[in-house]
Amino acid sequence: MAEPEERRRARVLRAYRAVLASRARSQASHRASFRMDLVGAVLVGLIEFTEIWVLYSATDQIGGFTLAQIMLVFGLSDLAFSLADLAAGHCDNLPQYVRAGTLDVFFLRPQPLLAQLMTSDLSLRRIGRCLVGATALTVGLVLNDIDWGIGTVGLLVLALVSGFVIFTAQFVTAAGLQFFLINGSEMTNAFVYGGRYAATQPAVVWPRALLLVFGVIFPVAFTAYLPVSTLLGVPGPLGLPTWLGWCAPVAALWAVTVAGLCWRWGLRHYRGAGG
Amino acid sequence: MNVIKAEGLTRVFTGRPDRKNRLRRSRHVAVDHLDLSVEAGESVGYIGANGAGKSTTIKMLVGILVPTSGMVTTVGLHPLKQRRALARRIGVVFGQRSQLWWDLPVRESFSILSAIHGLSAADERTRTAELVDMLEMGEFLTTPVRQLSLGQRMRAEVAAALLHRPELLILDEPTIGLDVLSKQRLREFLVTQRREHGTTLLLTTHDMGDVERLCDRILVVDHGRLAFDGTLDGLARTVGARRELVVDLATATGDLVDLDGAEHVRSESGGLRQRLAFDPQRTTAARVLAAVSERAEVLDLSITEPDIEDVVREIYRATRR
Repeated sequence: MAEPEERRRARVLRAYRAVLASRARSQASHRASFRMDLVGAVLVGLIEFTEIWVLYSATDQIGGFTLAQIMLVFGLSDLAFSLADLAAGHCDNLPQYVRAGTLDVFFLRPQPLLAQLMTSDLSLRRIGRCLVGATALTVGLVLNDIDWGIGTVGLLVLALVSGFVIFTAQFVTAAGLQFFLINGSEMTNAFVYGGRYAATQPAVVWPRALLLVFGVIFPVAFTAYLPVSTLLGVPGPLGLPTWLGWCAPVAALWAVTVAGLCWRWGLRHYRGAGG
Repeated sequence: MNVIKAEGLTRVFTGRPDRKNRLRRSRHVAVDHLDLSVEAGESVGYIGANGAGKSTTIKMLVGILVPTSGMVTTVGLHPLKQRRALARRIGVVFGQRSQLWWDLPVRESFSILSAIHGLSAADERTRTAELVDMLEMGEFLTTPVRQLSLGQRMRAEVAAALLHRPELLILDEPTIGLDVLSKQRLREFLVTQRREHGTTLLLTTHDMGDVERLCDRILVVDHGRLAFDGTLDGLARTVGARRELVVDLATATGDLVDLDGAEHVRSESGGLRQRLAFDPQRTTAARVLAAVSERAEVLDLSITEPDIEDVVREIYRATRR
């Protein structure tokens, strides 16, 4: 039964589209509550930015970065995180899905489990967060003296895509670990949301241990700080080369590998195959 | 063709390590070397006490759980390696967990599931219309799932599991909590579905009525092992599954012994209420009632079905002896 590749793809996409469209519709049907959610999300984003702004009201530079420069770091990482949150933030709900038996229902459908989990919800209010990140990024790009060219644009796009992939991978890693850790969301939140916060800061100010955690294991330093350092020609921390920012896709690949392993490992555990 | 085939199917659950002795873990054998084969078109009742291993078996059949040892194929497929292909060919209803989207109208859940199973638009229309008609879902098709009554939701669940015309339908406690009428409707539908499409049925239940009206073969599982495999008649012969006729009499009467085809179980309230057991294979409730009426005036009556727990207990007793 050979089916043309195009038709097969259309059929596969139709399944995910149907679920996502229904999620979006159901949120849009409660207009007032949706607007409140949206405003709330924007406010949270603004408060997080205010935090940085307050820090800079006490000093001109942190880790060699001025407020204008850190706007770029904040904007880039926050936009990447918000987009990842939109795509995969509901992976946090896995423990509820396990408890309610929704996960067992996923097994009864002809799609990969992870794809079903990621398309099981679409919180449109998270678009509010994306707006905050995008605005900060735009302001940062205007305020800084950037030598525009194909390389600069390429680096920004590369950083944004890699950042999105890295944060999405963090959500999946956390979900994979949730299979083992009953009520372990506190622990996984520490690196998912802690990582998001760390990503908005210049990594040179981190202690060594934190550099290892958020520079290597959960490589959020590659979502914004390192690419921005490259973009602005600021030398990296610990004498690392300036071009390190171009390695964001490598970090993304690593994050995806870790996420894939954790997810498979977790699923094996759930099905009782040991692990 | 074997729709379900299991050989030496075993599932052991290991608990967390012992606090005192780290090397020792608690072990629980949920399914123990189960051999099972179900042919296409059969209707099989899978019964047993709570914790006997029914749900564990089903989870292994559909690819949710990995067997500890042994092998199993469902519609000729390996449930773990071919889970996605399997999902296209079987339908599963878990009485306790929903396939539907609770905040969406029933109709929309059906249309999402049609997309998930890749039904064409025309196919979706005809199949949905057919199921809506047969399960009488017209009146609540636009109601959000969260507002449905249990009976309505169950019908919608069954329809959801059958949209893609599976060759095997697995039902885990499909009638639990339903009122008599809803149960009856659902059973009638399943009988028709089987007759018209040749769908193979496997159902777990605690309801003797389900087994009697739906199943032509019964499997009783005990501690993960098969304790009985045969027909309802065979089961009744083995355990003597009898119905009980409870009669309320106008005046206190002596024990109604030596009735034709019925046996006096006990009397209550000084003989005002008496319980008589009879074998439905040999006589009918009407005949027993007629025999009682010759001796006393009957004010009220009720019939109790044999409890599936009692039947299972009898089987367990018989096989463990």
